[in-house]
Amino acid sequence: MTTSTTEMPTAGYGASFLRGLKSFTLLRESWVGMVGAFLVLFWITVAILAPYLAPFDPNSSIQPFAKPGIEATKGGGTFWLGTDHIGRDILSRIIWGSRTVLIYAPLATLSAYTLGILMGLAAGYRGGWVDDVLSRIADIILSFPVLVLYIIIIATIGASGINIIIAITFASSPGIMRIVRGLVLDLRNRDYVAAAQTRGESDWRVMLIEILPNARGPLIVDACLRLGYVIITIGVLGFLGLGLPPPDPDWGGMVNETRQMAMAFPHMTLFPCIAISTLILGFNLLADGLREISLRD
Amino acid sequence: MNDNLEPVLVCKDLCISYYTRAGEIPAVVDFSLTVKPGETIGIVGESGCGKSTVAMAVMQYMGANGGIKSGSITFKGRDLTQLSEDELRRIRGAEISMIYQEPFASLNPSLKIKTQLMEVPLAHEDISKDEARQRSVQMLADVKLPDPERIMESYPHQLSGGQQQRVVIAMGLLSKPSLLLLDEPTTALDVTVEAGIVKLVADISKKFGTSQIYISHNLGLILETCDRVFVMYSGEVVEEGTINSLFTWPRHPYTHGLFSCIPLPTADKNAAPLKPIRGQLPLPFDRPQGCYYHPRCDHFKPDVCDVDHFKMEYVENSAADDHRVRCLRYKEIDHRQDTSDVEVKESLKLGKRVLNVDGMKKYYEVRDNSLKAIISGKRIRYVKANEELNFTARESETVAIVGESGCGKSTFAKVLMGLETGTEGEVRHKGKDISEIAVRDRSDKQISSLQMVFQNPFDTLNPSHSIGAQISRVIKKFGVETDKNKIFDRVMRLLDTVKLPRDFYFRKPRQLSGGQKQRVGIARAFAGNPSMVIADEPVSALDVSVAAAVTELLMDIQREHKTTLLFISHDLSVVRYLSDRIVVMYLGHILERGTTEEIFSPPYHPYTEALLSAVPIADPEVTKREIVLEGNLPSAMKPPKGCPFCTRCHRKIGDICDNEPPQNQAVSERHIIKCHIPLATLSEVAPVINVPDESERIHTQQ
Amino acid sequence: MVMLVIKRCGFMIFTMIVVSLILFMLLETDLTGDPAARVLGQFSNAEQRELWREQHGYNQPLMLRYAKWLGNFATGDLGESIRFKGPVADVMLPRLWNTAILGFWTFAVMIPLSLILGVLSGMKEGSKLDRSISVFGILTTSVPEFASAVIFSSLLVFGLQWLPGTSSMAGGFEFKQLILPALVLIVYDFGYVARMTRASMAEVMTSQYIRTAVLKGLPYKSVIVKHALRNALIAPFTVIMLQINWLLSGVIVVEFFFAYKGFGALILEASLNNDIALLEACAMVAVCVAVTTQTIADIGYTFLNPRIRFS
Repeated sequence: MTTSTTEMPTAGYGASFLRGLKSFTLLRESWVGMVGAFLVLFWITVAILAPYLAPFDPNSSIQPFAKPGIEATKGGGTFWLGTDHIGRDILSRIIWGSRTVLIYAPLATLSAYTLGILMGLAAGYRGGWVDDVLSRIADIILSFPVLVLYIIIIATIGASGINIIIAITFASSPGIMRIVRGLVLDLRNRDYVAAAQTRGESDWRVMLIEILPNARGPLIVDACLRLGYVIITIGVLGFLGLGLPPPDPDWGGMVNETRQMAMAFPHMTLFPCIAISTLILGFNLLADGLREISLRD
Repeated sequence: MNDNLEPVLVCKDLCISYYTRAGEIPAVVDFSLTVKPGETIGIVGESGCGKSTVAMAVMQYMGANGGIKSGSITFKGRDLTQLSEDELRRIRGAEISMIYQEPFASLNPSLKIKTQLMEVPLAHEDISKDEARQRSVQMLADVKLPDPERIMESYPHQLSGGQQQRVVIAMGLLSKPSLLLLDEPTTALDVTVEAGIVKLVADISKKFGTSQIYISHNLGLILETCDRVFVMYSGEVVEEGTINSLFTWPRHPYTHGLFSCIPLPTADKNAAPLKPIRGQLPLPFDRPQGCYYHPRCDHFKPDVCDVDHFKMEYVENSAADDHRVRCLRYKEIDHRQDTSDVEVKESLKLGKRVLNVDGMKKYYEVRDNSLKAIISGKRIRYVKANEELNFTARESETVAIVGESGCGKSTFAKVLMGLETGTEGEVRHKGKDISEIAVRDRSDKQISSLQMVFQNPFDTLNPSHSIGAQISRVIKKFGVETDKNKIFDRVMRLLDTVKLPRDFYFRKPRQLSGGQKQRVGIARAFAGNPSMVIADEPVSALDVSVAAAVTELLMDIQREHKTTLLFISHDLSVVRYLSDRIVVMYLGHILERGTTEEIFSPPYHPYTEALLSAVPIADPEVTKREIVLEGNLPSAMKPPKGCPFCTRCHRKIGDICDNEPPQNQAVSERHIIKCHIPLATLSEVAPVINVPDESERIHTQQ
Repeated sequence: MVMLVIKRCGFMIFTMIVVSLILFMLLETDLTGDPAARVLGQFSNAEQRELWREQHGYNQPLMLRYAKWLGNFATGDLGESIRFKGPVADVMLPRLWNTAILGFWTFAVMIPLSLILGVLSGMKEGSKLDRSISVFGILTTSVPEFASAVIFSSLLVFGLQWLPGTSSMAGGFEFKQLILPALVLIVYDFGYVARMTRASMAEVMTSQYIRTAVLKGLPYKSVIVKHALRNALIAPFTVIMLQINWLLSGVIVVEFFFAYKGFGALILEASLNNDIALLEACAMVAVCVAVTTQTIADIGYTFLNPRIRFS
């Protein structure tokens, strides 16, 4: 038995990496999930390659009211999706706009999740008055109609990128907390949690190492859905004129700026709408595919 | 019996498959069965052997991915596989009924019992609502439910588990079916409740003449209810015969193996230990060539057993002429001769006292938020989970705590482990009172010397972490080893101890079977060299053959480490087999305690007596006195004023039982009975279980 | 049961008071910037601001101001709107009525539609109908209201010229103008309710008591209507009640887009014009509506669920 250190079994961490890869390839079996993953990857690629893909500078007025497919009169190049009322190329603005949305939405979701998970763990695991207080706070925040809450927050702290993240964190972490709390209430009665408790592990270790990893399935699905919803929120805020301050491109804001001209120039509003819808659709389909797979095994 | 009558059900050469993404999975292969009128057939087997699939095939309710591949199911001359959905509907519930494993889940939670009962005759017969109602009330009375009118107006959740199962049985019998299928109808119930249901089931065919198919994993229950038995293994029947011929002389090695895994009254942990079947059940798509059982069989002969798949054969020279077996070598094997290779294990010397429980109480505070409680000001009530517990345990000793659900045995374990703190009294572990020290305030040494093996194998390991990481953590946490290599080394040795391959270190729990997980659970409990281990029903969720192996393993490790084992269980047969002393609990009280010998012979506490009678024993030559308890376990919120057992006691002597809590009476120094009945009277009671002498036996199983 | 109703109603009132406190702290105190600056604009000078604060009683003690504010609110004095130069109540009531009309038609179409389709697809999980409804549901919930408003207008207004592009009802109430806003709301909310109904129905259909009902030999219709629906519609009931809360958000976008003179557009106008009194009143009304429906949802859920009702 003394030589057992040398008899190390060979099946190592490489195998677990392969398994992770395999669970991703499982997505292939859900075509809904595949379409979702494709759409999301498409927009991520566009966002990353924005400087190389965009034919024009997104913020400079070149030629107003150009219809889709028209050649630029000076400097060459084609306005594939036309230009807006002050002559900015819509395709370039959509491409750069994908960066805005794919930076702010994940950041806001991440920040909401961090807060929501911490609150949910505390409420679900500790129970008692901690749970009572946190749940009441969540109930109160959730009793606001969401958009009214955003309007009030933005009205008091002003519209800016960071404030949008704050507003989204504030408004969506209670919902995340409720989900996490429900999962924790279920998981904390498992025997392996009791086993950890009976060997005197600290509360934080039990919560973060024993409980949280086992809640990841439903949370990943929810995160995808919520990401889609955050994108809608950012778009709606932009559309209502409460979003990011101009001139940087923001899909919701583009619709807002040009909607008065939609009758004569539908391309100005239509294309940003299609862009935002496909991205949200991507996340929603991805969530559905992931859920389908998680139910299967 | 009724040989000249037309059979009720004939299954012929039935093959049933499930179709999944992984391909076709043959669930049941080559299954033939005949049920005569009034006959009760038992189907016994471990999980995954296909026994429930047979029942579902008879009901023609296979789900979207299941189908009958070949063969026929003929019910009263009609092939069920050929009927239309509408024709099937008229047979289901009217001529064939089914009783399910979980009564609560099988009743609609939002409809009253009367609605759910009355719709059965209304759907099948042309009768009025009044008539349907009358018949339902009558049937509820027939299944011995008290106050049928009140039950009719109840919702399912307002009834206890036993009552729910009686309602489901009543529902099944309402249209006077000729065949009743029972799929593990008592698995979800407590033993004393189970005994009542089993008696009811046994009476059905007598009273209504209904044929029955009784599916169970428990050979003892089959013995008590059935006329003939089919033993299934991995999708096929390996042996069938009358109860008498099969139970007295099982011919198939698997059947024989099953009997050797059950702690029958003849088994003894030292002189005649259990003999687990080695290996595991093969997965349906992974069945071996030839006999499906050959990789686990002690009588395997190469080039005979592993060549072709073969059919059932009639057993020659059997007591009954319809004993069949699926084994090529059954004539060459004589199970009576292989008692020789049973290893005799040394009995242990008990050491010094390790645990001393003295007057331990645990009360929970419950807030009552009902309007009535607020007005009367009695908002805080106490649930007395443990009341005055007194007992001791020594080094190397196995002490069993026995009781049904809600008796307080798990609460006691929690106090011991420090997950809860006791309300009063002392729990001295190695001389130090730990009852009021929560686990976070205990030293690593205290914690590591007191560890636990949990009940549910699917819950005991964290699915997110590898086996190695989970055992290493314990070693690191308790400071047994600190060096990384030494920790790894120790994990390897622990895996060896629990007889698991070393490369399990890297596996995740979901790649393990239930028995393997439970072994890891044992390795984890013993990783910190505990002086005492609490095992909370460690094998109750496992199959018989696997359970025996885990039980033996646990006892071997205990022997080696001289550990004190506190074994919590509801199963008196396991407890009788492995424990030195027994504590019987009911509603938080210890009603009786003493050595195993003392508990199993008179004088008994009336509750112990009932428990003993309720345990099914898979030996036709063992006789039992029948005691069926009436009523339900009282709520711990409102325990009876006097003796906790007075509401169900069959030996109640009068008002004193209702009004005064009984005192402990000492039979011997360590045998205590808490009862009002004088010891002299209790001593006159006849033994519940009678095991014939070795010489009087027709055949021995061990 | 009685206790539960009392408890829920108590919590409802508690929530409203807390919300009022939050609104007061956010909008009426210095916590998030000078309210005077918010009303007078960033170019006002310190003197003007001080004068305004004096006039409007902002220099009184905080608690006194809150008590007064709450008292006025409770007695129906909602203050003066700066934007509309009149009592807030007079501005708000007709707007609320308009939104109620829009909400009514949205629900009248959306609920039966999504319940029926949800139940149908949940009945046979994995069927073609189920899959199409599922994907269609995801599709419609993925298009934000403003985007579907743009798409529907370019199709039905600019393209086919079937419907008017604005719904300002300038020449009196006209049903035709209501169609587009309602359609946008229906399309967006339909997917969610239908999917929740489907999930609930599918779960019930796999439950053991449905198996019992089938194996009792009941006709399929009876299994569905008597055994499944009763249990499957409990969850969607709550979802629908909570949907009122979501509708309030959707209404803001749609009313803004189609220039419909409703409550949602009013909140937005109040916010964009720093009309504090109006914003407070609107927010309070919105929260009250939301909390009330949630309370009804909770009590209704208990009532529909005999397991909770009798324990």
